Parts: sequence; C-alpha cells; structure tokens
Amino acid sequence: MPLVITLASRNLFHDRLRFAASIIGIVLSVVLVMVQMGPYNGFGRMLTTMVDHASTDLWIMSSGSKFFEDLSLVDTDLRDRLLTIDGVDRVIPVVAGFSAWSLPDGAMIPVFVVASDFSDDGLLPWNVVEGNVQSLTTPGTVAIDRAYFDRLGVSGVGAATLMRGLPVTVGAVTDGIRSFATTPYVFTDVGAARSYVGLPAAFTSDFLVRLKPGASLELVRQKILSSASGIHALTPDEFREQSRSFWLFGTGAGAALLGGAVLAFIVGTTIVAQTLYSSTKEHLYEFATLRAIGASNGYIYRVITCQALISAVVGFALAALVGAAVVHFTSNSTLQVVITRYLMIELFILTVVMSIISAFAAIFRVLRVDPAVVLTR
Amino acid sequence: MTNPIIEATNISRRFGSGAASVQALKDVTLSLFGGKLTVLIGPSGSGKTTLLSILGCMLAPTTGTVRIGGTSTTGARPEELANIRRQHIGFVFQSYHLFSTLTVAENVLLALDVRGERGPKATAKTEEILGSVGLTSKMKSFPRQLSGGEQQRVAIARAIVAEPSAILADEPTASLDSANGQATMAILSTIAKERGRAVLVVTHDPRLFEFADRVVHIEDGALIREEFTDTGPTERSFQRGRAVP
Repeated sequence: MPLVITLASRNLFHDRLRFAASIIGIVLSVVLVMVQMGPYNGFGRMLTTMVDHASTDLWIMSSGSKFFEDLSLVDTDLRDRLLTIDGVDRVIPVVAGFSAWSLPDGAMIPVFVVASDFSDDGLLPWNVVEGNVQSLTTPGTVAIDRAYFDRLGVSGVGAATLMRGLPVTVGAVTDGIRSFATTPYVFTDVGAARSYVGLPAAFTSDFLVRLKPGASLELVRQKILSSASGIHALTPDEFREQSRSFWLFGTGAGAALLGGAVLAFIVGTTIVAQTLYSSTKEHLYEFATLRAIGASNGYIYRVITCQALISAVVGFALAALVGAAVVHFTSNSTLQVVITRYLMIELFILTVVMSIISAFAAIFRVLRVDPAVVLTR
Repeated sequence: MTNPIIEATNISRRFGSGAASVQALKDVTLSLFGGKLTVLIGPSGSGKTTLLSILGCMLAPTTGTVRIGGTSTTGARPEELANIRRQHIGFVFQSYHLFSTLTVAENVLLALDVRGERGPKATAKTEEILGSVGLTSKMKSFPRQLSGGEQQRVAIARAIVAEPSAILADEPTASLDSANGQATMAILSTIAKERGRAVLVVTHDPRLFEFADRVVHIEDGALIREEFTDTGPTERSFQRGRAVP
C-alpha cells in the first residue's frame, strides 16, 4: 500500500472517536440527500407512470394539459382527422377522469378512472397479479391496485361495489400502480369509463397516435398540429418531461426536495470539514515535520485528500446500507423512495466532492504551517 | 579545500519591526564542508536555532546569502526551498518528531517516499540504514515502543536514508541520557567521516566537543569563536562576520 495511504488511514484511525464523528457526519449527510432525492425520484416516476406505460409514438392532448391527470379535453371528432394523415397507423382514444367509489359503509371516495380501447393495446393495466386484463372487456369490470385494497374496501377479484352509482366488479388486480396524488387508479373499458367520469361522447381526454413503420415523426407531428388548433402532440419523452417540470418545478414540490438535499450537503460538508480540520490540527507537527524534511505541497495535499477520500468511501458504504434499508421498508408504501443506479453514482460523486471540499480548510491550515516550528518544540 | 556544501555569507535576521524588533542574527558567515562534524554551541537565545533554520532553508535571512550545494536560496519560493531540503538536507530534531502512527521502518521510508523513491529498492535501503544504526529488530515497532535513544536513532536513519549532503541536528542529545547522547554523537560522527556528509550539531552541551572536527561559538546572534580539533587544536576569532586568523 502506498505510504501516503498508510499515513492518511493511520491518522484517521488513530482517533477512532473523531473518525466515527466524521463518518456519522457523512452518513447523515448522504442519507439526508438520499431521502430527499429518493422520494424526488419516486415522485417523478409516479408522476409519469401512465406516460411510461402507454404504447404510443405521440400523445395528442389539449394544449392546456400539463400532465396526464390534468383534465383538459379534445374533440372526439379529431380522431377521424388524425386517421387521414399520411403516416398515422392508429389513433387510440384515452378517457381519464375522477369518479366516486362507494365503500361498504356507503361513503364515497374519489378514484381516477383510466381507460383506453382494449383491442388497440393503448394504455392497459400492467403488473396484473390476480385476474386478467381481458376480463375488463366485460361491461362493469374494473382493475385496481392491491395497494389500495384498504382504501377501496375490497379484498380482490370478485369484489363488487358502485362507481358514480353504477355497479362495478373487480376483474383484475395489479401490483405497484400508484398515484402520486394517492387517489387510486381504476382501469376499465373506454366505453364504460365515459359513464363513470361523466364524459360525453363528443369529448376525449387524449389520443394515442401510433405511426406506420418508416413514417417521419416530425412530419406527422407537423401535419397533426396543422390539422387542428388548441392541441399538443408530444412524444412520450416530451410529455414525461413536461409533467415532471410542471410538478417538480412549477409547483415547488421538487424545489423543496432539492432544497433539502442542498441543505443536507452543506450540513455534511461542515461536519466532515470540522472533524478533518481538528484531526489535521492534532497532527500539525507531523505535517510540519513533513514540510521540514522536504515534502512538496502536492505530497501534503495527497495525504489530506486521502484522509478525506477514505472517510468518503467508508461513509458512503454505510450510507448505502442505510439507503438499501430505506428502499426496502418503503417499497410497499404509497410514496416509494426510489434509489436508482445513477442516483447511487451521483451520491458517491457527491460524497467525494463533499469530502474534498471539506479537506480544503485542513489543507490551507497545513500550508500555513512554518516548518521551522519543529525546531522550537 | 573542497567547496562548502552549505555556505552562509553575512547573514542577518531580524524578527518584528520597529522598537519591538529583535535582531536574532548579526552578519554571520559560516561554511559547512563534507566529512566534517561541526558543533554550534551557545547559550539559550544566542541565535542557534535561527541560524539552523536559515541554513536548513526553513527561514529566509533578512540580509546575506545562503548557498546550498552551490545554489543560492535568495528569492526562492517555499516550494523551491522544500525541493532544496529534499535534495540536500537531512534533519535530526531534539524531539525526534517521528510519526506516531507509522512503524520505525515506515518513518524512515517516509523520507524516501517524499522524494519519490518507492518500491523494493527503497525498502532495501531502509532496512540497510536501520541495520547501520542497530535497529533491525525494531523495524516493525512503533515509536512509542522505543526508548528515547532508539527514537533518536530512527530520526537519524530518516535523516540519512536519502543520502543528503548535509545533516543538520538540533540539540540531538538534549532529551537523552549521557550514554545514549554519546551513542547518538558517535553515529553522527561516523556519518560525517565515513559517508562524507557535512554534519552540523547545535547544542549547549560542551561534552559533545570530543566528537567535533570544529566547534563554533555563537552569542547574541553573532559567531564569536571557532575551534578546529581535527587538525590539532587551533582557534580563530570572528570580527563582523569574518574569521580572523
């Protein structure tokens, strides 16, 4: 092992209590950033869950619509015009809207109905763990997620109740389809959905447009936009980005989470800087000796930076374990903490950056040391 | 006569400014030659440590010049002075200043590591040097497990392992008992004689004269007398920084 690493690690481990304080600082900071960014990711994922699972090349919606649940409408007649555009293969109507679900005690709670034509495979429930999707073609049959069993007062396939006063039976149960607004999604057939949400046949929530093989998306989009006014034609990526931007930055929800993460970063940096600085101060005469025997500034940077990096690696490893536990325990909650591989990489880089920034104060202190002090002590 | 390894010419050093300033060194001229052990002796506050700091490139003189291995240190930046120390000077300190978290071997290896010397060759060199100061069996010990004399021998090994041309020792025997002090001086004397290094020992202990080739007396920041013992007892006085025959 290089002597610089040996010296750095022994300096750190020499005072175990201080090293533990430093590690706790890093773990605290990384976990805080993690629990801010994890829900941020989870929230972002939930926001676009319908967009992510729809099978389409373009989403057609009212230009006033910012996200899937934003209930703006388009004329149903638009479908026929879209079908005449060269390059368009299919146009699948999507009906979405709020309805009222009757609980066993007679109370009603809001649910969000999602429906598209089953024969076109546009926006169907996924992760079906009980029953089957085809059963939804039977009038009055719906699919719900098992996370909402308690909320909806049902226990699985076969449960019957009323939605907006109309009889419904649970024909399929999904796993993991959660709404960011905590309002349960209810999947059903597009025809029945109009009755449940009170949407006249003249209006449709969105259209999913699939292109013919080889058709130019940009060309088709231009033709669609010129065929009607007051609509948007967005690719899934664009719709996803628009939805996330609106909720995470337009409403301030994301800014609050990001602000928390920034604060956590500052707290962590301060704690690590303080412990690293005090450790360096304790070993100040050793650093002065290093300077006296001719160690270059670069050599001293390496020793202190190594101390910071060792702290970063140990702290991050422990924080990752805590993060894994948080992910595990929130996996079935209504707001999951989602820690992706990229988030882990970003957090590791953040930890390293935090530790290196923390080392600055210690480095400045050491570089101010007069090597001649070793002759007077 | 060979060229001096360290050559200080008319150096003065003042600390502070105005009425509160202190003149620590006054017009000092001193050269150190390879193969010679020079003892610098003087009472507390006489300027010994200031002179050692300047000769060791850790402090710049207010006036005068210092040349190390023929290179002037005038105007050198701290990083350049560190480079000169790395190339030419080994230090032995009164308080040893060993790294408490490193083993004996690692402490010595450190002097090579800062010079970019690593690997099996550096390890072999370290083992050889520790052998030469009688510490082969203590290589894996930590400084706290050693006696004062052993710690000082480690410090000497660290100072000489990179083969600097000059060894500057600041009160190397002050923290040691008489026997260990004598042993330490014997090693330093051997380094001067057998390895051809210029060794300067700063002390206030006249008992060390027996190891010296030359004794330089300092008082109130000025060199006042110089005695040569290697070519028979001779004595010179200094006047305004110049030796008077």
